[in-house]
Formats: sequence, C-alpha cells, structure tokens
Amino acid sequence: MPKAKVNGVEVEFEPGMTALQVAELAGEEIPRFCYHERLSIAGNCRMCLVEVKPGPPKPAASCALPAAENMEIFTNTPMVKKAREGVLEFLLINHPLDCPICDQGGECDLQDETLGYGRDDSRFQENKRAVEEKFMGPLIKTVMTRCIQCTRCVRFAAEIAGVPELGMIGRGEDAEITTYLEGAVTSELSGNLADICPVGALTHKPWAFNYRPWELKKTEGVDVMDALGSAIRIDTRGPEVMRILPRINEEINEEWISDKTRHVCDGLMRQRLDRPYIREKGRLREATWAEAFAAVAKRVSATTPDKMGLIAGDLQDAESMKAAMDLFTALGVKNIDCRQDGAQLGGARESYLFNTTILGLEACDALLLVGTNPRREAALVNARIRKTWLTGKLQVGLIGEAADLNYGYEHIGAGPASLAKLGAFGKVLKAAANPAIIIGQGALTGPGGAAVLRAAAKVAADHKMVRADWNGFNVLHTAAARVGGLDMGFTPRKGGKDVAGMIEAAASGKLDVLFLLGADEIAADKLGSAFVVYLGSHGDAGANRADVVLPGAAYTEKPGIYVNTEGRAQVMGRAAFPKGEAREDWAVIRALSEHLGKQLPYDSLEALRARLMQDHPTFGQVDYAPGASTAAGFDLKSVGEEGALSDKAFAGALSDFYLTNPIARASVTMAECSALAISVRRAPLAAE
Amino acid sequence: MSVRRLAKDQPASFAFAPETLALANWWIGKYPAGRQRSAVIPILWLVQKQDGWVSEPAIRAIAAMLNMDVIRVLEVATFYTMFQLEPVGRKALIQVCGTTPCQLRGSLELMAVCKDKIGAKDHLSADGDFTWQEVECLGACVNAPMAQINDYYYEDLTPESLAKIIDDFRAGSAPKPGSYAGRHTSEPEGGALTLTDPALYDGKAGKPIKSLPNLPKPEPAA
Ligand code: SF4
Ligand code: FES
Ligand code: FES
Repeated sequence: MPKAKVNGVEVEFEPGMTALQVAELAGEEIPRFCYHERLSIAGNCRMCLVEVKPGPPKPAASCALPAAENMEIFTNTPMVKKAREGVLEFLLINHPLDCPICDQGGECDLQDETLGYGRDDSRFQENKRAVEEKFMGPLIKTVMTRCIQCTRCVRFAAEIAGVPELGMIGRGEDAEITTYLEGAVTSELSGNLADICPVGALTHKPWAFNYRPWELKKTEGVDVMDALGSAIRIDTRGPEVMRILPRINEEINEEWISDKTRHVCDGLMRQRLDRPYIREKGRLREATWAEAFAAVAKRVSATTPDKMGLIAGDLQDAESMKAAMDLFTALGVKNIDCRQDGAQLGGARESYLFNTTILGLEACDALLLVGTNPRREAALVNARIRKTWLTGKLQVGLIGEAADLNYGYEHIGAGPASLAKLGAFGKVLKAAANPAIIIGQGALTGPGGAAVLRAAAKVAADHKMVRADWNGFNVLHTAAARVGGLDMGFTPRKGGKDVAGMIEAAASGKLDVLFLLGADEIAADKLGSAFVVYLGSHGDAGANRADVVLPGAAYTEKPGIYVNTEGRAQVMGRAAFPKGEAREDWAVIRALSEHLGKQLPYDSLEALRARLMQDHPTFGQVDYAPGASTAAGFDLKSVGEEGALSDKAFAGALSDFYLTNPIARASVTMAECSALAISVRRAPLAAE
Repeated sequence: MSVRRLAKDQPASFAFAPETLALANWWIGKYPAGRQRSAVIPILWLVQKQDGWVSEPAIRAIAAMLNMDVIRVLEVATFYTMFQLEPVGRKALIQVCGTTPCQLRGSLELMAVCKDKIGAKDHLSADGDFTWQEVECLGACVNAPMAQINDYYYEDLTPESLAKIIDDFRAGSAPKPGSYAGRHTSEPEGGALTLTDPALYDGKAGKPIKSLPNLPKPEPAA
C-alpha cells in the first residue's frame, strides 16, 4: 500500500483515496462543508484546504485531491489556518448570522467551524445578499439566505434519492438552490436533505422552532415503520419524542431514513390510549385496570378456547408477542396469527427471510422483483438497489405494478403467471454470478400466495440463486413484527384459524373473544358480535371496535426486540414512558394472565427475554443476520405450496406509503405527505 | 447582474420550428452517443433565435429532446445571462455596453436616451417593440460607446445617432451596423495614419528567415 505523511506522521493508505481521507486516517480532522462520504465530490466550498508537498506553493482542496505516494500533507501550518480563515470569512459575508432564530443552531457545521476559524468581527461593510425562500414540500423548510452553495442537497437528490429535482440556478452572487418551479421534492427520503445540509438553509419543517438540540435526551432505537429496522436515534424532551434521526448502520440504512420513519413522531402524541376503557351501552367509558381485566376474565371464562382468537399487529415487540402467545397457548387457544395481511408465509426460516441481506444486494448482478414496490415498502432497500444499479453492474427485472423506482428495469409482467415465462430476463438471471429474487407481500397475500411463493422458489432454483456462499432468495416484509412473529411460531396451531378465518368466524358468531395485540390493519368493522379486547397505544380501527381497551406502549416507550426482514434481531431502547396509565404491553399481558388464572412464569422483562431466547434462540443473536450462512441446508423445493398461478396483476402491499399503521395515521405530518403524494400522483392524469 | 427568474407569463406550449429542429439535430449529431446533452447550450441558443427568448415550455422541450433532467436545463439557462428569460422587443433588443471604457465615452447618456425613448431597463416597452439592457464589455471598446442591437454592433454612438437608430427601427427599417463616426471599423477617424506605405504590402520588405527562433536545438551528431 502506498504511504503518505500527514503532519510528519507516516500513514499507509489505499490507492484511490483523497488527501482528506488520508488525513483522517492519520486522525486529523479536516473541516468541510461540501464534501460528504456518500456523495460525489464537488470541491466547491474550499474549507478543506491543506498544504501539500510536492505541489504548488498554495493551499489545495484536500477533498478533491487524490493522495499520491510519498505525498506530504500538512493540516496545521499557519498557511493552512490563514487560508481556511479566509474561506470562512468569505462564506460568512453573505450568511445572515441569524443563529439565535435558526433551527440548526447547536448542530451547525458553520457554527462549529466558525469557532475554530472565524474572526471575532466582520470587515464587511456592504449589504448582505438575501435570497427568497423556496417551497420544497411539507417536510423541508428553507431559509435560503443561509445557504452556502455547497450543493450537497443537489447531489443527494440526484444521486441517492434518484429524484433530480434540485438544482442551483443563476450564478455567482445570485446563485440559488431550488427545486424545478418550486415543486415539492417527490422523494420518500427527502428528510435526509435537511440532515446533510451543513447549515440552516434546509431544516425540518414539521419540527421548526420546537426544540434546541442540547435540550434533548438521545436514545438509540430501531425503526418499526417498515420491516428493515433502520437504526434511529430518538430525541425526547420530557415525555415527548421531539424528533427521530438516523444512526449509521452500514448493513441496513447507511445513514439515511425514510420520511415516514423520521416524521411519524408527531403521531406519538396524538390519539393515545392513556387509560383502560370498557364499552357499555355501545359507548367506551373510562375504567380502571381492575375493571378492565375483570371484564375480560368474565368473557374468557364464559367461552371455550376454540371460540377465542389472538391476532398480533405489525408494530409489536417480540416480548409482548411471546407473552401473549404463551398466555393463549396456556388457555388452549389454537387461533393465533400475526399475519394481518394474510401473507402465506411460515415454515423454514430461510423461506421468509431476506436472505441476501440488504448489504449483500451490493454484490447482486441480476435482480428479479416480484409483486413488490421497494421504493414504497422499504425505501432503503430501494436506495441500496439504486446504489448498486448506478455502478452499472446490476440488471433489474420486475413482475408487478410498473412503478417509478428510480432505476431502470425490465418489466416482465403484471401477475404471477409471468413467473413461468421470464423471457429475455431469464437469460440475464442465468448468466448472472449472483442472481437474486425479491418477493413482496403483495404477491404473497391471499389464497394464491403459497403457490406464488412456490413458483418464485422454483425460479430461484432454476437460476441457481441459492448455493453455499450465496442466498438470493428474499422475502421483503412490510411489518416490523412479522419476522419475529414467524420466528416464534405466532401462527395458527394445528386446526386453528388464521386471520381471515378468525374474522369470518367472528362475523358469523362462531368466535366469542378476539384479542387484538396492536392489530389495526384488519377489517375491524366485520367482527360481528365477538367480544374484542384491544391492547395497543393508539385509538385506531382496533380500539374503535373494541369492547375493552387496554392501553399499551408505543414503540418508543418500551424496550423491545424486533427482528427485521433479514432475520436480524435488534434491541430497542426506551426513549420515553408510556402515556398516563398505559403500561408496557408485556406487563399488561402478564397482569392479565393472573386474572385469567394462567399466570405467566416471568415477572420481569429479563426473565421474559431469557424465556424467549431459550425457546427461540434466534432472538438471542442480536444484530446478526444469517444471510447465506444457512443456504446449504435450505431446500427450495419445500417452499410454499403447489397451486395454479393466476394471471391477475399483483396488488400493491401498501395502499398508502405514509399511512400504513396507527401511529402514522395519527400523525398530522404523514397526513399532509399522503395528501401531497396523492395529488402528485394524480397530476399527470389531469394534464392528459 | 441580478437574480434571474423565469418570466411570470409563460406560453402554454413550445414547438420546434422545422429549421430549428434541423439545426438542433445537427448539433446533437456532433456529440458521441449518450452525450447528447452537450448540445444544450447551442440548442438553447437556437430556441432563443426562434422565439426571441427562452420560455419554460421550451426548457421542458429541450430537456425531453436531450433526455436531460429539466432542472439541469434550467440551471444552464439561468446561468448564462445571454439567454433571455423574458420576451424581448419584437423590433429590437438593445444591449448598451456599460463597462468602463464605454462609460467614459458616454454610455450613460446612451442609456438615458433608451430610457427616454423605450422605458425602464430590462422591461419590454409598452408597445412590445423594444427592450433595452445594460451589458458588460462586448469587446468593442475601441469604438466606445457602443451597443449591440439584435445581432449587430452599433459603434461610436452619440445620443443623437442612437435616437435616430431607435427611430429607424421603430419605423421598420434596419439601420446599418458599424461605426457611426464615419470611420472604417476601428481605424482612426479620417482614415489610417500609420502603415500607409504601399511598399509594406508588395512583399519587398520581407526578409528570408534562416531559422525559426524557438526551435529545439538539433541533437548533437553521435
Ligand atoms: S441548501 Fe444546504 S445543502 Fe443545499 S447547497 Fe445550500 S447549504 Fe448546501
Ligand atoms: S470540502 Fe473540500 S472543497 Fe468543500
Ligand atoms: S467597454 Fe464597452 S465594449 Fe468594452
């Protein structure tokens, strides 16, 4: 490896690194505004100046300077300091210095660098320029006078988000960042724009003037808005979640999160269930815990296990699902299910996991998407596919709705029948070194789901997608709780009913008690006269129909384990406490178990977790995704069930990206985004 | 220079005229496949020739033609101040040079004439016939003060001659471009004063050159 010297210290570096990266290897911090590890290099802010030898006797922009063998880099000479001070003085000439009213204050790169390189006063006597605000949609607030023209946002939109809508118009002093004709940014990753803006030009509109960063308590967590388990940081002030930011996790979300993950947080303070309720004469009335438990116990003791059912929702933590499952199993109930959408999944673990892993997609060279729109169902999987596609090595084929995915693909067909005739794309898959298939929930729901899964497995087998060191068979989930549920066997016991069966039974009076564990995505209005118990955090479809409402904790309010679509168990920290009288879900179930006479054998979360890990060891493998390690024992032939393939087009898994769960439906911001997305989608029709 | 924005009133659509299209395709053909967007500046220019200005529908049409993101075309169109983003006078677009040499020679008076006869700077005149602008040095300082009107330079102007030129344009005629001080291009008034000896041009003054001054030294014979 070549060597260079940084401030006299020798470091080895990989060929192709820039002087800035080499300096970082040596532990030197280089101030920067325009440079960003994940974006192309622009080299336009000049803050990263260093002195290099050999070279011209002037400072050089280290972010754009390829490091060379035996190069000597100096980051702390008087010349470097003076040069950076000069750059900063120029940047501040047209900067409004309105930090006291700026939301970036306290976490602003410009503030921080000014501390190191700023003058104590201004020598600028002339008028500062002012730039009009630009509309960029409901999530991005702009104060364009603060913009320092680093073009990070332009590059993010064009490169990562794949929506080349931002640009810098005009020139020189009049240069301005804008979207085309000030349209809203149509990306589901738009919130990241405000994160990468080094100054306060782009900030988060829904959070404007709500907090100062130093007032917030930071908790590391896991996102539950989709099944990826993106790494997030939950910032709270007192009981309130003020904001959600991404954390870096190279294996899942790199350093981005989707707009839903980020801006759902206002939904955590609305429509909350903060005390138990009992339905009397058709109306819900406030009740005590004791009353509520007694009401449940009364109905449970009055019926038989075959007339009871348990459905778990999409946002549940594994602990509460385990506790509920244990309780209902102890009661002898067989009607247990966690697949609200009716996805025909279960069986061998590999048959329902995203086996390639998200990071693994970067090695994929031919990818078949079946009945999925990853851009909506898992925005960061889509970003990863786009990233790989941009290298030019990946070819994508799609069976399903032909949507705009931000990368090119070959549209093979709309429905399951196309799985049997891949046409030209079949050859692409055959020729590929690392082919993969991603099956979405839209393809797996409903009666034909198992047959589609079987057909997809056959495609995988025919194209050698699974071998000892590579597993290209992937199921993309949309529910954060789903893989955990399948892992612990939260599915109908032998002879038990699945979700559709339970709803049918309830509608026809054959089910007496239905326990909804945060389950809101079912036809709650079609449950007939069944006695419905709802345990959850938000007053949504389930609570509306319920006869007894037990208030639980939202995902930010309980420690919990979530298993993402890759089969990666991740632990969530508690950022705030449950609202009012609400308690953590597992504790509610534990308390209920006493009233039902089947006391659960654990008194603490630790004991429950120990039990969970003992019964299902995969929950103990925290932050580990099996990937291809289990590929050798994976029998594709046993996946799914034989059946006829219809030619009906696949339905999308999500009807509305922004409103998929009770928390999102309670969020004002999500409602706004949804309305905008609908209007954007309709716009082209109106123009025709 | 000032902030450049698209005009508020935009036409509903834009269509390439056949001759614009033919020229545009010629430009596109100059670049290798996949690099068509290199033709964006010439095509913007052609569109401006066709319509007199660059409208928003035209920007979209160019983006579609070159398979570019429309914001990238907008960036180019707003970057170069020679692209007119608003409709300009039907009869004349007068661009008065306001840089130092021209100003020393009286361009401010020329602008006063424009203001008087046409109206505010950078705005279409009420009758839609004229627009006048102040521009930076047009490279004709020897003939200062000067103005570019449509495609030609009008040089050595005085308030009177400019007023006459504007009147002529208004009347529908095309005044002749060039110097209005009666000289030939940038020669001294009244004709050339130096290099007038005809012998300079018959070849007799030339001397044969023995070797070119900066040739590399021949390699020493081994
Ligand atoms: S808005 Fe922010 S990210 Fe975009 S160019 Fe300006 S300073 Fe950079
Ligand atoms: S960080 Fe190097 S020029 Fe901006
Ligand atoms: S200053 Fe007017 S042409 Fe140069």
